Amino acid sequence: MKTIAFAARNRKEIVRDPLNLAFGIGFPLIILFLLTALQANIPADIFVIHKLVPGVAMFGLSFVSLFSGMLIAKDRSSSFLTRLFTAPLTAPDYIVGYTLPLVPMAMIQILICFLAAIFLGLPVSFNALLSILSLIPTAILFIAIGLLAGSILNDKQVGGVCGALLTNFSAWLSGIWFDLNLIGGWFKGIAYVLPFAHAVEASRAAMSGDYASILPHLWWVIGYAAVIIVIAVYAFKKKMNGNEA
Amino acid sequence: MIAIQTNNLTKKFKDKTVLNALNLSIEQGELFTLLGVNGAGKTTTIKMLTCLSKPTAGDAALLGDSIVSNAYAVKEKINVSPQETAVARNLSVRENLEFIARIYGFDKKTVEKKVEEMLMKFNLMDVAGDKAKTLSGGTQRRLSIAMALISNPEILFLDEPTLGLDVLSRRDLWTAIEKLKGKKTIILTTHYMEEAEALSDRIGIMAKGKLKAVGTAAELMAKSNARTLEEAFVSLVVKEGSEQ
Repeated sequence: MKTIAFAARNRKEIVRDPLNLAFGIGFPLIILFLLTALQANIPADIFVIHKLVPGVAMFGLSFVSLFSGMLIAKDRSSSFLTRLFTAPLTAPDYIVGYTLPLVPMAMIQILICFLAAIFLGLPVSFNALLSILSLIPTAILFIAIGLLAGSILNDKQVGGVCGALLTNFSAWLSGIWFDLNLIGGWFKGIAYVLPFAHAVEASRAAMSGDYASILPHLWWVIGYAAVIIVIAVYAFKKKMNGNEA
Repeated sequence: MIAIQTNNLTKKFKDKTVLNALNLSIEQGELFTLLGVNGAGKTTTIKMLTCLSKPTAGDAALLGDSIVSNAYAVKEKINVSPQETAVARNLSVRENLEFIARIYGFDKKTVEKKVEEMLMKFNLMDVAGDKAKTLSGGTQRRLSIAMALISNPEILFLDEPTLGLDVLSRRDLWTAIEKLKGKKTIILTTHYMEEAEALSDRIGIMAKGKLKAVGTAAELMAKSNARTLEEAFVSLVVKEGSEQ
């Protein structure tokens, strides 16, 4: 009950911020439509919809980190968390309360991307559904990054780290816009050490029916998500038990 | 009956002692003000009594429960209006109140009843549907105190409740606080002399992490041969400085 009340409050705070909706849903959709229009006018298969949509959906999820990180950081800087920390709530109440509204929001974001892709010519298939499902660990990864960023950074820093750095990393080091093999070398090496390219590859593998390739990529994402969740929970609890909220 | 009893309550940050062996006893129903300049240790004291920060040494009992060993039980009996207004900005006034009532575990019917009660008590009925971020500073403070009171706490902490408010808003808030006197144990921190004098049953003057003097405004003035509380405060704080 207490957790649900807290989760409901967090959902309202995020949904009622028009910038969140503009960036979380509007921006990825604009990219999807623009690049599909571009593809129609170029001879090579660069931005074909079945390859593009897993990448754009993953990129859109990076904004979930920004929403959750900003919310927590603002709650800390405005002393709202100070007020809540004096209430009879436990650490799991807070962590679940912040995470719970973001899971359906992330799923809705992915679904809207795929629905737009269907509108643009993506066939409705089992593989498309599998491609959507394979993005769930990625959604959890970005939620965890937001929880961590919000716990250790102030709202301005979250804006810089999640709004600029993370979105750029997930955009350029994921192979959404170009094949990473074209650049190769250290750039490709870094891209495959980070989880973003693996998240896109897993979703693309599902879309193309290459089922054997899904899990090897997904383990990277799941591993990153697990480690970041543990660190985020530790950081949040430390703030909760510390002297600053 | 004693509401708050501190026993050598101490807080250190590395080598710096910000609260030094505080021994204080506050009666139930009393409005007790901690008065001091910035850095005197008022907010540190409040943070420890509200279980936001653990003492380096010593302990305090709030209605019999230790802030060190039974913090959860303490949290069920208290509520706080922090120094900043600390309201959920994108939620309406009514939603803010409902939210706090729900996290304190009240059922739906009780939540509705308590929200109406707080809206009436703090003159918030006209702005009940307005988002908190659109309210004036004074109205946000009234909402903040209403949010602290909706859980029906036995002990209420008001940390600098009138900081940054204009004269009219401050008077308005004083009236709201005065109405609570005798019904709740209230711990108020401020650095406004007139506020301490107007509202308090007793005042504790803090300086450099120590409780320098405790008494009614009249007792403190008599103790330092001062005509006003401000003179008494300066005298006691300066004396503290010269003794070190």
